[in-house]
Amino acid sequence: MKLAAALIALLALAFVPSLVGPYPLGLMIGILGYGILATAWALFSGPTRYISLATVAFFGLGAYTVAVLSETLPYPLVLLAAAAIGLVVALLVGLATLRLAGIYFVIFTFGLTELVRQLVTYYEVNVTRTLGRYVFLPFGPEHIYWQLLALLAATLAIAFWVRQSKIGLALRVIGDDPVVASHLGIRITRVKLTLFSISAVIMTLAGAIQAPRWTYIEPSIVFNPTTSFLVVIMALLGGPNRLFGPLLGAIPLFLLFEWLSANFPNHYSIILGLLFIAIVFVLPNGVLAAVDSVRARLTRKEASA
Amino acid sequence: MSLLRLNNVTKRFGGLTAVNGLSFDLAEGEIVGLLGPNGSGKTTALNMISGYLPLSDGSIGLVDETISGLPPEHIAHRGVARTFQLVRALPSLSVGENVLAALAFRKAPLWGAGAKAEIDTLLADVGLGGRADQPADSLTYIDLKRMELARALASDPRLLLLDEWLAGLNPTELQAGIELISALRQRGITILLVEHVMDAVRALCTRCIVMNTGSKIADGPTAEVLADAEVIRAYLGADHA
Repeated sequence: MKLAAALIALLALAFVPSLVGPYPLGLMIGILGYGILATAWALFSGPTRYISLATVAFFGLGAYTVAVLSETLPYPLVLLAAAAIGLVVALLVGLATLRLAGIYFVIFTFGLTELVRQLVTYYEVNVTRTLGRYVFLPFGPEHIYWQLLALLAATLAIAFWVRQSKIGLALRVIGDDPVVASHLGIRITRVKLTLFSISAVIMTLAGAIQAPRWTYIEPSIVFNPTTSFLVVIMALLGGPNRLFGPLLGAIPLFLLFEWLSANFPNHYSIILGLLFIAIVFVLPNGVLAAVDSVRARLTRKEASA
Repeated sequence: MSLLRLNNVTKRFGGLTAVNGLSFDLAEGEIVGLLGPNGSGKTTALNMISGYLPLSDGSIGLVDETISGLPPEHIAHRGVARTFQLVRALPSLSVGENVLAALAFRKAPLWGAGAKAEIDTLLADVGLGGRADQPADSLTYIDLKRMELARALASDPRLLLLDEWLAGLNPTELQAGIELISALRQRGITILLVEHVMDAVRALCTRCIVMNTGSKIADGPTAEVLADAEVIRAYLGADHA
């Protein structure tokens, strides 16, 4: 029943490009892109409460892979290569960092993004001697939209599966108390590495699929750290421990940021920071959890009245 | 044949020797009390057995294998389960999920319908029958302790380490707690319990080991050990001996 509803919704969304103009379609692509990133981020960071700021490192790697390989390889292989690069980097980073906890992990992932960006810049300047690259792929916005829609559906399906599987339970136990987790026989590093890698591969693919949108790519565009912060706020707003929470957080915030950057380009970052603070203080568990607790309070009142 | 064997186990934190050359054996099926004043090294000893703390010196064997040096998850898979001095519930999980977490990741894992039946049995055994769906953070202190015990039992342990599991209970709860642990005897689980409640120690333990400032000062049948002059001195001071 729920599956049928999800499939009908997916089918309906697939017809959006033929119904709307280019501007709304662009907005839909943006929403899908951030919806994917936020859902993938929450897949790992929701239950473990490890705040990762490495989102854009993977996103940018995906975009860059497409920029570099799209003229030499057929497109499906380019996507595969992007996923493989995302996986390898995630495994390396994971092995190095997942023993870190709390603020150290946050700072490391933030530093990682900068490191990846500098390495790509170094490589481009010194080896290929071209800093910017053009991406010419015969894709219209509707093709990008459909690919993102498919990736979002796959991401939600994975998130749904993880929530009911043993590895999802393991991740929640680790998030609550790693000491208990290890004493119950959970192999913490393996569990975290698996989920971190799945999440990173999805982020890499999201970057790869969106690369043709820019036409011109350079490190400062695709490795913009603001993206990582936006994804965190979106997931926190919707609720990182709910299946649709991150996606529901991405929709209003993406639209808000679009409007802000168009109308207040100079004060954009200030408003962004204030919003971040407000969300963390007012809605620490997300909108959905807040709605639930208000509803619970109302029913309790009704019951007592 | 002994189930657990500590051989010259030592733990140093910088200049402080918390456990100093501790050696003892536990036979299969024994319920043994580990006693001693605060700071005598009991919990540190337990933490080394479960793999939470590495040893500074010595070794720990389980049946015919050395387990010291292994990480906690490997020691858990070899049949060691524990509760913690300060209850460590998994607060964002339900009571049932707390137990499921042990069932799902033990050596012979249970998942799905089989796990559900086992959760109900274990919770009923500790007096939490029918409360699987309740959030763990809504439980009272005694019920958290019950849940933690059910979770430890769900790991299907050969050796159960209880760290002051009976502390902080009122007299009625204490009676219920003692009966609960005593019922575990029938399961054939070997139990090492760190405990300050002497009534419980007398009721449950056939044998006691006493530690003071990191070293073992007595080891023998409960009644004899508790009458031992050195033990009384360690607990109550020289005037009472």
